[in-house]
Amino acid sequence: MAGDDAVAIKSHLKFYVGIFAALLVLTVITVVVSYIHLGTAGNITLALVIATLKASLVAAFFMHLSSEKTTIYRLMISALFFFLVLVFLSIFAFLDPIRN
Amino acid sequence: MEIPYTVKARPDTGLWNAKVGIWLFLASEVMLFGGLFSAYIFLRLGSWHWPHGILNIPIGLFNTFVLITSSVTMVFAWASLKMRNLHKFECFLGITILCGFIFLGVKSYEYYEKFHHYGLIFKNEAVANRYRAEVEAAGGQIKPSIIEGQFEVTGHIEEMDEETMKFIPDSIHSSEPMVQIISVLQAVTGKKTEHGEAVVFQQDDVYRWGPFVPHYSSYFAIYFTLTGLHALHVIGGMIVMAYFWIPGRKLYHTDPEHFTNRVEVVGLFWHFVDLVWIFLFPVLYLL
Repeated sequence: MAGDDAVAIKSHLKFYVGIFAALLVLTVITVVVSYIHLGTAGNITLALVIATLKASLVAAFFMHLSSEKTTIYRLMISALFFFLVLVFLSIFAFLDPIRN
Repeated sequence: MEIPYTVKARPDTGLWNAKVGIWLFLASEVMLFGGLFSAYIFLRLGSWHWPHGILNIPIGLFNTFVLITSSVTMVFAWASLKMRNLHKFECFLGITILCGFIFLGVKSYEYYEKFHHYGLIFKNEAVANRYRAEVEAAGGQIKPSIIEGQFEVTGHIEEMDEETMKFIPDSIHSSEPMVQIISVLQAVTGKKTEHGEAVVFQQDDVYRWGPFVPHYSSYFAIYFTLTGLHALHVIGGMIVMAYFWIPGRKLYHTDPEHFTNRVEVVGLFWHFVDLVWIFLFPVLYLL
């Protein structure tokens, strides 16, 4: 990685603290909005949007995915694809039940 | 035998090997947790009424803070090695391990609370309705259970004999954040939690009762499976970190960059564990 030398790392430290603060704030927001009734679908959507945002911050910056090699992108995109397949499998099973 | 590409990048992937290795492992972990999240959705969609407010949100929030903190100290531990500061590395990794212990301690407390918290399902709706006024007078409420047509009340058992059961229903305010914080503070300071009035149920009117263990309902089954598997990952990460904290660090003196890469690998695993919790917290506690 280009930014791997000690000087570059040092300049990143403040940035990591910023990400940390953002994660804490988003956590508080997700708890606060859970007490506001937006309907089950609304609350679930909002909570998952915030969780995805937080997960993206962790993956992109703490796990350095924002500057990773193509091999890893290919690998994780395929994992993400099959993860979504698993999730939608359950949803489709519910939408198309066996009728008596 | 010299293991190749522990520091230098392999020409074809552009990466040192352990990095490809850990990401392959994390991809398999995505599938492991993915299957269980899928099971969660399946159980929830198939339930009549999904329990809400049964977990202590402030304590879950606290544990979320602990894990996020441990993630950032992990990054700092790795960055300290990059800057060739072994002492700072030890400090930050030590804090990370400590956060792991705090997380597990809090989680154990939560499990303990659940193992001593009871639910009671009535024989049928008519029976539940007969007790409704009495339960409400005691400050509690009868709710729909997870299984269609069945109603339950949650709380604590005070006394029981062969025919009756003296049961203290949870207050209707028990899912409010302030009430939950107070209950934790009382547990920490060793004060006995104040319970409300008791209601006497006839054993014949009860379909099923028991503590909140995995077999109580599909909600607790998936709750314990997901959080239990996650806790095992926390333990696993802590073991590897402890290894690099004391015995493993001698590699630093011979090949600091190799050691830094090893720490980056455990860091990637640790961030993944944090990432799973970021989804578990809203899914299990808030929704």
